[in-house]
Amino acid sequence: MAAGVATWLPFARAAAVGWLPLAKKTMPKPPIDNSSRSDEILYVNVSGVRFQTWKNTLDRYPDTLLGSSEKEFFYNEDTQEYFFDRDHEMFRHILNFYRTGKLHYPRHECIQAFDEELAFYGIVPEIIGDCCMEEYRDRKKENQERLAEDTEANEASDAPLPPHSTLRERLWRAFENPHTSTMALVFYYVTGFFIAVSVIANVVETVPCRPPKGSVKDLPCGEKYQLAFFCMDTACVLIFTFEYLMRLFAAPSRCKFMRSVMSVIDVVAIMPYYIGLVMPENEDVSGAFVTLRVFRVFRIFKFSRHSQGLRILGYTLKSCASELGFLLFSLTMAIIIFATVMFYAEKGTKGSTFTSIPASFWYTIVTMTTLGYGDMVPNTIAGKIFGSICSLSGVLVIALPVPVIVSNFSRIYHQNQRADKMRAQQKVRLARIRMAKKGTTNAFLQYKEDRVDRDGDSTALCVKNRSAFEHQHHHLLHCLEKTTNHEFTDEMTYSELCMTESVGFRTSRSTSLSSQQGAHNHSSTGCCPRRARRRTAMRLANSTVSVSRGSVQELDTLHHKGGAPPQTRSSLNAQMCDLKLNCGDPDFSAAIISIPTPPANTPDENLPPSPAVVPGILRNSRATVFTHDTVKISSL
Amino acid sequence: MGAVVGTLTMQTKQRRPSRDKIDDELEMTMVCHRPEGLDQLEAQTNFTKPELQILYRGFKNECPSGVVNEETFKHIYAQFFPHGDASMYAHYLFNAFDTTKNGSIKFRDFVMGLSTLLRGTLREKLEWTFHLYDINRDGYINREEMTEIVRAIYDMMGKYTYPALKGDVPQQHVDAFFQKMDKNKDGVVTLDEFIIACQEDETMMRSMQLFENVM
Repeated sequence: MAAGVATWLPFARAAAVGWLPLAKKTMPKPPIDNSSRSDEILYVNVSGVRFQTWKNTLDRYPDTLLGSSEKEFFYNEDTQEYFFDRDHEMFRHILNFYRTGKLHYPRHECIQAFDEELAFYGIVPEIIGDCCMEEYRDRKKENQERLAEDTEANEASDAPLPPHSTLRERLWRAFENPHTSTMALVFYYVTGFFIAVSVIANVVETVPCRPPKGSVKDLPCGEKYQLAFFCMDTACVLIFTFEYLMRLFAAPSRCKFMRSVMSVIDVVAIMPYYIGLVMPENEDVSGAFVTLRVFRVFRIFKFSRHSQGLRILGYTLKSCASELGFLLFSLTMAIIIFATVMFYAEKGTKGSTFTSIPASFWYTIVTMTTLGYGDMVPNTIAGKIFGSICSLSGVLVIALPVPVIVSNFSRIYHQNQRADKMRAQQKVRLARIRMAKKGTTNAFLQYKEDRVDRDGDSTALCVKNRSAFEHQHHHLLHCLEKTTNHEFTDEMTYSELCMTESVGFRTSRSTSLSSQQGAHNHSSTGCCPRRARRRTAMRLANSTVSVSRGSVQELDTLHHKGGAPPQTRSSLNAQMCDLKLNCGDPDFSAAIISIPTPPANTPDENLPPSPAVVPGILRNSRATVFTHDTVKISSL
Repeated sequence: MGAVVGTLTMQTKQRRPSRDKIDDELEMTMVCHRPEGLDQLEAQTNFTKPELQILYRGFKNECPSGVVNEETFKHIYAQFFPHGDASMYAHYLFNAFDTTKNGSIKFRDFVMGLSTLLRGTLREKLEWTFHLYDINRDGYINREEMTEIVRAIYDMMGKYTYPALKGDVPQQHVDAFFQKMDKNKDGVVTLDEFIIACQEDETMMRSMQLFENVM
């Protein structure tokens, strides 16, 4: 709970006087406040710098080091002060948190040092105020990324091989990190060299060489030195095939490797050669074969294993695919519009090059990208007008959005990452708030159990680790319960109660069975069976008893789902049943005493006594049961 | 072109009045309320000087401007009752504390109210409670006012209660209250009826005593 609220607690408790006329029962006793009312100044010495503050200021946050009794460990008797051997500049911010309720992050400090101080003083970083939260998050993310990169780099290069690694593992490591061994490095450079050779050979073989003697036409070098080029190609392909097979053998997960981009590129690079080998030398197919040779240029992509920059470019293109897609889409729309217009404008003229709308696409693209080849030119006036509009709009459509898209993509990309993270953190934040609320509820229910302990056993004031503030707050909630005659429960118990109400009769029979199953189940019989037994009594008048073993499991699962709260109430009941009859009202105590006896019996004998006992009691105390006057009876 | 510039200047001219309003608002929030002197407050309330000092330090820390307005009050009170909705009851409580009826609680109101509740005589406490219930301050508590109060209290319990809250429970509570308090059965409860009925109620007297040492 927010600390400043602690200041208002006495006021809220005083306002509880307003409930008194409405309450039907006496209010519970307030907790004994042992702390002295007068405030005192505490001295905190942090590596020589002496801070002074009121004790109340520190008590505002009882779940931190300074607010709890943990600070007593640092108390120095001689100097009568608390001594911390930590950074005093950071401590200034932490003390300000106690004073103002807002934690600020000092921008000039290292994020890790700050985190460590917060961890030492028991303060969760989530409470950093909104003014400094973004800065804190950014710095933290930056730091974490840097650390991750460092560890990755360390692992990648310097990690020594585990002593008993197989050949496969060693080979894979050699392929992935060529810096590790000389052999790997040699192999790395050899493949790089051969990729370059292959690409250059592909390029050079189309350059026209001097024609052989006796011929006039220029011949491309590829045809002149066909054998030489063929040998070079074969050598390269052999090396690439060998490399691919070795990688396939060494890969830890072969399926994953085969699906990766690099291996696809490898396959595409070497397949044309093999297909070419297999294919016969006839004219029809050679056209297709020539197309295949185009794929040899994909070998250049093999360089991406050797170049970090190429990989980054590929990743960048992949990540801004949506922006590029949008650009393409808008361009397509504009092209179609203008091509249609130009076609219909130029339709009439003789010898027009605008033969169809798809033919006009070429004109539109050339005009819009301001290339203007001049192979297609409008002749009519209308055509010229629309052509000029087309080129102007081309400037707008292409030139304007491209820089916007480039900067947009960089901004949106970073923003998206931040937004996703913030959304995830927001979910975590909400979950934490919900848990804190649940924590308060659970703390209060726990408090109620303790109260019963204390009522019954006046000597044992078991001081659980709870602050005065919590005691008083729980007392306040207890008063509200007494005023309205209803109790606080949590969601689980509430839904469980709804379920047991609906399951009703069958459950009640099986609870009496499950209650036989040993001493440890006594606690699990708790509240539900008692409540159910009451309902049983009401129904017994006009129904037969049938035992069903199957429903035992039902109830067991219901109990397991109940979790902590039913057990607290059940242990409450168990204690009530044992000996403490302090309800102060004879009828109630009678009801409480007699009900535990059925569990002691065997299943067969159980059936007669409980119907006899329970209705009798209930008849006497029916009015009280139905109006739920005390905690104890209401849990029946 | 001239038209473009013209529209731009028009827009800037329109913005100025709102900026003045913002300045006014800033000025208003800067104003601090200072309570009367410590001696005077000690004379008027039943608290000692150290107690007043502690109270004021806490109050000033939470509300540096020296006043609590209704929104802040509702927010603070809601923190004590996370299960349900405390806003309606906080509203009535706020009105009970705001004796000067100006929409904000100053330290003086705060301390006077606390003094009555914690250190006042029995009659003063009962009077305070009566004024809390009497929403329209006409000197009578009628059924509608009581129903409002009781409903507001039950709202604070929230949804997850045992036994489950049914719709007519507040009404039953109000009926029980009127049965006890309304002696002459005229449908309203006056201050005297209220005080007499409360003094007859043993349970309530015992509870009142428990609240003596809350602070």
